[in-house]
Order: sequence, then structure tokens, then C-alpha cells
Amino acid sequence: MPDTLLFAMEAALNGLTAGIMYALVALGFVLIFKASGIFNFSQGVMALFAALTLVGFQQGQVPFAHLINAIFGTRVHHFGWNLPTLLAIPATVGVMVVFAWAVERFVLRHLVNQKPIILFMATIGLAYFLEGLGDLMWGAEVKRLDVGIPQGMSGAVDDLTFGLFGYGFYMDTLDLYAMVIAALLVAVLVLFSQYTKEGRALRAVADDHQAALSVGISLRFIWVLTWSIAGIVALVAGIMWGAKSGVQFSLSLIALKALPVLILGGFTSIPGAIVGGLIIGVGEKLFDFFMQPIVGGATENWFAYMLALVFLLFRPQGLFGEKIIERV
Amino acid sequence: MLYREAGDFKTSYAADNQTFPIRFDRYGYYLVLAFAFLVMPMVISDYWANSIVIPFLIYAIAALGLNILIGYCGQLSLGTGAFMAVGAYACYKLMVAMPGLNIVFVVVLAGLVTAAVGTLFGLPSLRIKGFYLAVATLAAQFFLIWLFTRTPWFFNYSSTGMISAPTRTLFGYPVTGPSASAVSVYLVCLSFLVVMAWLARNLTRGTIGRKWMAIRDMDIAAEIIGVNPMRAKLSAFAVSSFLIGVSGALFFAVYLGAAEAGEAFGIDKSFLVLFMVIVGGLGSILGAFLGAAFLIVGPVLLKMLLVNQFDWSSDLAAHLEVMIIGALILAFLIIEPHGLAALWRTIKEKLRLWPFPH
Repeated sequence: MPDTLLFAMEAALNGLTAGIMYALVALGFVLIFKASGIFNFSQGVMALFAALTLVGFQQGQVPFAHLINAIFGTRVHHFGWNLPTLLAIPATVGVMVVFAWAVERFVLRHLVNQKPIILFMATIGLAYFLEGLGDLMWGAEVKRLDVGIPQGMSGAVDDLTFGLFGYGFYMDTLDLYAMVIAALLVAVLVLFSQYTKEGRALRAVADDHQAALSVGISLRFIWVLTWSIAGIVALVAGIMWGAKSGVQFSLSLIALKALPVLILGGFTSIPGAIVGGLIIGVGEKLFDFFMQPIVGGATENWFAYMLALVFLLFRPQGLFGEKIIERV
Repeated sequence: MLYREAGDFKTSYAADNQTFPIRFDRYGYYLVLAFAFLVMPMVISDYWANSIVIPFLIYAIAALGLNILIGYCGQLSLGTGAFMAVGAYACYKLMVAMPGLNIVFVVVLAGLVTAAVGTLFGLPSLRIKGFYLAVATLAAQFFLIWLFTRTPWFFNYSSTGMISAPTRTLFGYPVTGPSASAVSVYLVCLSFLVVMAWLARNLTRGTIGRKWMAIRDMDIAAEIIGVNPMRAKLSAFAVSSFLIGVSGALFFAVYLGAAEAGEAFGIDKSFLVLFMVIVGGLGSILGAFLGAAFLIVGPVLLKMLLVNQFDWSSDLAAHLEVMIIGALILAFLIIEPHGLAALWRTIKEKLRLWPFPH
């Protein structure tokens, strides 16, 4: 097999793993969009915040330590104990649920019946608020996140591909785990929405707010529930991304990448988010691989958006979305 | 008396439609103009000019431009930073290519180039709207910035990848380059702002502005009563990009002096201008001024208070600032979606009726 093709295949494989990250973030978007019609721009910052909180709990950081020190002149930093990961994750989930409740109570409740564009801008404000809060609570320095997932080159993939093609592909073990965890997460979400009472209520709200209200489903509870689930999805994405490249601000920028993913997959489709994420991930790596000699590197910055733009012109509802867009 | 009319005695359409119907307002406006042109140049210090006044003037132009697009025509754009960059790079290329051309014409030409680019990226708005359009403008943001940082032609093959403004004079005084004084820069920016605000105000209350508002309020109904959506949307993109391009050109040429696309015109610029429009008031000329003033002066004051008075570290103050800006956006959208301009309007109504409100 020619070398170029092998390298391209390796690039595609790496794109696949990046695509899973995009898909995870996009998944949180889709959940909230289906349940409340809100395009949640803050999903990426939620992932950052969740990861920061997890690291903070693990290392026993004092929340708002810098603020407390600045106001009272004290010197507190750590409680002096480390939470095991198994305890820190439920604690972080708890924080995300409280956050979901607060969003419903203080923001969404007051913005019912506003135009989607106003709600979208509100979530941009929410993203800024959460970003400042996360930095203020846990400090802004890049942190290492270790939840016990093995890292480094995967020997199995290397051996397998060497056996097949005579050339070993590089792949991080972490990415293999990310794939499995993402698949598990989607399976759990599907089971939850199909077979539990709350899941059915969630789907009812997604179909029709008024009809759901009239059969006695509490919209507010459902909203808190969706934002909590989105928070948990954000935590998973935050753990994966944070373990790979450290918990830092750039984590929240993957939220922007999730926008084209959604346009590709459709705003209301969970499988769409996954497939869209994979297409964008593979597409941008391959495009960069083939175009690098011609236009120089770093095309990853804009390829996803341009692909989405072209896609919008031909199929605005996305691959799996419902066709509700009106033409003007 | 303060803020009072004796009754509604308008006899002509022009009188009914004037920008400052209250005499007190009108004189106040002339007074502010006179103060800004005659008194401020005497008293302004370099520090205040560079940290607050000049950024305010430049961002007010950008906010005016974005307000036309979002507030008047209802098309969400997240590509403001990139369009400012187009203005800046067009200005740079024109300055270098035509050294004899007056700087005023260079800035206006840069605005026109940006208008062309903006119209091009506005084309998707004919088929899509809302956050779909936001993604299309994000494509503009990332693609244009990538283009400017990767194509050496744009920064004339300079080794640093930066563009820097050569010295140009206006009436014998240098206004760009290192030798420009704060006062001349201030006067140039102020003159541009006044002309642009006059342009924006008169466009938005005329035929074209009413078409934009019709599209914003309900596009299908607007089309039925005979508004051509293509022309309305594209003209909004063109005018908005023109203003944003002028502000980008000024930002680079007279304020920064040297710039690099990725740093000076990143996505955070887009959000900053968007926040100015939201806080100031969607669909209001005054709102663009209030929003720009609020988001330029607010952080400076907060920093002075926290860092200089309370001795906090500056990054802590920066985090608190981000958090406060986010909370403010939420508060404005919930309590007063029409921003500071609507607050001012309420106060004005109360004042006109005071002390007999019934």
C-alpha cells in the first residue's frame, strides 16, 4: 500500500478520536435544544467548569481561595486532603445539578416566551459568567486531570495495524477509552429516554411544550433535568479532553466547533450529533493533511465552519434533523 | 423649563420626524458636540485619551455598525472581529500602495472594501437565519483571520507577520504612526464617529431603515408588503460592514499603530462588540454609544478600584470582570431587553410629564 494512503488513514483515525470529543459536546447541545428549544452556547464552558471542579475536588482545593485571600488577607489554598476520584465525580455531578437548578431558577424562568435569538445571546452571557466563576473558584492555571485512565500509545492498535499494513498507526489509549465511554453514554441516554418515566416526559416536552404541560408534566422539572444531564455530558467531555491536554481555557473553544457539528447532524438528532462530530473530526484532519502542501497548515481552525456553511446552502436541516426551516 | 413641551403643535411631517423633538434635547446635543470638539482637546490627557476616550470612539463606530445588522435588521453576526480586520488590512495595503492618498479617503475606501466582503459573507443570510447564520458568520471570522495570518501578501512579507501604520498627516498634523499626538488622533476619531452616527441615524429612519425593521419584525410579512428581502438584508450587511470596517481601519491605523490579525481581531472582539450592542440597546443609535461607553469605562473603573484601591492581583480582577460582564448580559436580557437606551427613554418620558404624571 502506498505510504500517502497509510498516512491519510492514520490522519483519519486521529480525526475520528477528535470527532468523538466534538460529538460529546454536541450531544449536550442537542439534549438542551430538544427539551427547551434553547441553543446553549455555554456547553463548552460547562465542560471546562465541570473539569475544573473535578480537579478542585480531587486536590482538595478551597473554592474561591484567591478571592478569600484577597479580601481577608488570609493564605488558604488547600484543605489538605485529596478526594478519591470515585467520590469526586459524584460531588462534581452534584455541583452540575445545582448549577442546572440555578440556571432554571434565575435565568430560564424569566426568559420564557422570548425569541430564540435572545435566549441564544443569554447563553453567551451565561458562558462568560461561568467562565469567570470557574476561574475565580478554582484558579486559572492549567491543571492536570488524572482519573486513572491509562494514557500513551496503544500497543494493540500499533500491533494490529502493523500486522495488517506493515506500518503501525499511532493512537492514544485514552482515545480508545473515550470511544467506549462515549458509546456507553449514548446507550445509557437512549435507554433512559425510552424506558423511564422521566425519559418519556422529556421526550414529550421535546415534542410539544403545551401538550406536555396539559398532561401534567412539570416543565421546570424537565428543564432542570435536561440541564443536569447536559452538565453530566459536559463532565464526561471535560474529563476526556482534560485528561488529554490539561484543563485550560481552550477547552471551552471546542463549544464553537460543536456548532458546525450540529449543522451537519441536525439540531434535534442524537445520532446526528455523533455522526456529525465524526465527519467534522475526520474531515478536518484529512483536509489539513491534503491541503497542507498547497495552502499551509492550521486549516483546522476554519474547515469545520466552511463545511457547515456549504452544507447549509444545500441541506439546512442537517443529515438527521427535522425539516422545519422556512425559506424567505 | 427643563424637558418640557407646551403641547403637540407639530404642523409638518419633518417636524414630527426630527431626531431631537424636545428643544432641551436638541440644545443638549449641540452642547455635547461643542464640548467634544472645542473643550475636550484642551483638557484631555494622554492617559485618558488612550485608555478610555479613543477606544470608546472607535468601538462606538463598530457598535453602530453591528447594531444596524442585529438591532435593525435582525441578522445575528459573530464575525465583527474579522470584519474589523478586513478594514485594518485594507487600510494598511492602501496606505502602503498609495502614499499620497489622504488618510480620510484611505479609511473610507477600507470601509468600502469591508462592505464588499461583508456583503459576500451576508449571502448565506438569504437562505438561513438565526443561529444558523451565526455559524455562517463564525466561518467568516475564522477563515478571514486565518487568511490574514497565513498569506504574506497581506502583511507585505514582514518577518513578524505584523502590519504597522506609516506616518500620515492631515492638515499638517501627523495622525498615524508614532509621532501622532493624542489630541489629533482624538479629533480624527471623533469626526469619523459624528459623521458615521449621522449616517446611521438618517439611514435607519429612512426608507431603507424601515425595510430593515420590517424584515427584522417578520420577514414573510415584509416580503408580502413588497420589501425585497435580498436587497434589504444585503444592504444591511453592506452598511454594517462599512461602519465596522471604518472602525477597524481606525483601530489599526490611528489607535494601535501596529497589529496582528489573530491577536487584535479575534473572536473575543466579536463578542465584545455584540455585548456593547446588547447592553446599550438593540435597535437604537444612542444605545451603541451607551453600550460602548459602558463596556469601555466599566472594566477600567473596576480595575482601578480593585487593583489600585484594594490591592488585588490583576488576574483576579480580570476573572471578576468576565463574571460581571456575563451577569450583566443576563440581567439586561431579563430585566431590560432593550438595554440602557430603553432606560433612558423611560426616564425621558417621566421627565416630560413631571410633576403631573396623570
